Amino acid sequence: MDKSVGRQPENENEILLRIYETAEKIRYSDERLRTMLMSGQVRFNYYSVRGQEIIPSATALWLSSEDYVITTYRGLHDQIAKGVPLDVLFAEYMGKATGACKGKGGPMHVTHAASGLLVTTGIVGGGLPIANGVALAAKLRNEDRVTVVNFGDGASNIGAFHEALNLAAVWELPVVFLCQNNLYGEHTAVELSMAIPSISERALAYGMPGVTVDGNDPLAMHTAAGTAISRARDGSGPTLLEARTFRFFGHSFGDDDAYMPGEQKARAMADDPVPKLRTRLVADGGIGHERVEQLEECIRAEVDDALAFALASDYPEPTELAADVYA
Amino acid sequence: MTRQLKYAHAIREALALELARDERVMVFGEDVGVNGGVWGALRGLHEEFGDRVFDTPIAENLIVGMAVGMAMRGLRPVAELQYSDFVFCAGDEVFLKAATWRYAHGGGVDLPLVVRMASGGSGFGPEHSQCTEAYLMHTPGIRVAVPSTPADAKGLMTAAIRSDDPVFVLEHKLLYPMTGPVPEGEHIVAFGQAVVRRTGDAVTIVAWQDMLRRSLAAAERLAADGIEVEVLDPVTLNPFDVESLVRSVEKTGACIVVEEAPLTLGVGAEIGALLMEHAFGHLDRPLVRLAIPDVPVPTAPHLVDAVVPSVDRVEAAVRRLVA
Repeated sequence: MDKSVGRQPENENEILLRIYETAEKIRYSDERLRTMLMSGQVRFNYYSVRGQEIIPSATALWLSSEDYVITTYRGLHDQIAKGVPLDVLFAEYMGKATGACKGKGGPMHVTHAASGLLVTTGIVGGGLPIANGVALAAKLRNEDRVTVVNFGDGASNIGAFHEALNLAAVWELPVVFLCQNNLYGEHTAVELSMAIPSISERALAYGMPGVTVDGNDPLAMHTAAGTAISRARDGSGPTLLEARTFRFFGHSFGDDDAYMPGEQKARAMADDPVPKLRTRLVADGGIGHERVEQLEECIRAEVDDALAFALASDYPEPTELAADVYA
Repeated sequence: MTRQLKYAHAIREALALELARDERVMVFGEDVGVNGGVWGALRGLHEEFGDRVFDTPIAENLIVGMAVGMAMRGLRPVAELQYSDFVFCAGDEVFLKAATWRYAHGGGVDLPLVVRMASGGSGFGPEHSQCTEAYLMHTPGIRVAVPSTPADAKGLMTAAIRSDDPVFVLEHKLLYPMTGPVPEGEHIVAFGQAVVRRTGDAVTIVAWQDMLRRSLAAAERLAADGIEVEVLDPVTLNPFDVESLVRSVEKTGACIVVEEAPLTLGVGAEIGALLMEHAFGHLDRPLVRLAIPDVPVPTAPHLVDAVVPSVDRVEAAVRRLVA
């Protein structure tokens, strides 16, 4: 197991820089994918993660490849932050044979064992019972392995959420329920779906800590994730961590987001967490402008190379259709 | 003489042997641990194997979902859904995850899980009496075993636990107390190999579990009149042994499927289609499907008797076919 887990960068600026590096990689990847979709160069269902980059970027600092992340169809940020190599990730999104799942899963079904991105589901709330099974396996075998399961605000209204949180608390499973509350469940505002102001309040009903954090605040998110993950790792049990954020581009690519008030969206975009973090690094953080630019150049090259690889790859052969239905 | 065991105890023996043989095996579900399961198939397992046989809340999404997660992490979970009707309560985990995830993830996840379910045996009404095998058989990615004898209950359970696929084992409620010979020690029944339970040349009956029992009783009556029917037990519905079916129908020229489930798009409908594709030239009479007419399973005993195929109905159907 990676011994560096738990040992965080020595100072605040280095933490912020590492969060920025991942967040900017996510932001740029998302931007490139949307551009390619818009131009018709590629075709797949895409659920933009723009605006939610900070959450997994800060969380990932507490996880090693031995730890597991489970995510959803809006999962590009979680997948990148967990370390899924970009070439096989983009190839999977495009349905190419070189993809992480041979092109048979697409954005809704990504797994990558080596990086610990265990599984991706297209069903809202579908990951939570699975996470309990994964965490139970770790507990039964006395493994030092934390499972972080990501889901949205909408999933917290689904029965599986209740079933999973209830038993995870009873058995003190090493799992973190990370709810990325982006204020909309598909096309419906969160306040139309629940009568309470914050999802973390629900934790009280299960007997586990419930914490709400500004998911767009890198240090606050880093601290909150660290507390929840450390709690899971030391055997104290699960946490419901609600990270509040905002998705900039509607539910899915091509979404007419007229249901989102323009003012709300404009306000959120003006407060875009990624450039905001960059400004903080350069202006207040004492990280040289040059160092940040160098970093961004590397990120762009890595993302562009991976996209080129994915584009150049072939689609799966029809013979692949019958493979992997059974063991 | 081979040792006699009840169907329920044969299941228990398979679970105990596999729990002892392979530490990755975990057995769990509602009332499964301390109580030993409501069907008597798990008595004493918790005492013998401790935390590897445990209770869960009444939460079917969770039960099957945890089995999926545990299987992905290399364990061999054996989950129980207390009634096979509850497969619908766990619909996401059964039909969308256990069935599709290996495929959707390009073979990147392993799903060696078993779901045991008590099936059929009407009297509990429409939410607790269904035989749900047709829904499962319709779904690529999962195996479906339908043990009809105590020996098969043990052998199929063992094979299911050792299989690398998700396997759904339907245990028929009315068979739990039935006794039959069961081999001692390791006993494995291969998937996809139908068994001829009675040989004959007048007509082929395909039936499993309680309908097999009724069909064999009807066959006994018919034999008194010199009508020898062949009775084929498919043993597993996925994989389904088409070859044995075709071989039997080549001999008899006619087929009756007896099924404890609604008629439309049931297992009998699939068997009919398989016969059209693989044995058209051998059939000299139309397929007969004896099934529950397309109504929910009723509760009142006299209504149950009116819809579930009986020994009399099987006998009458054969007599019509050989007339």
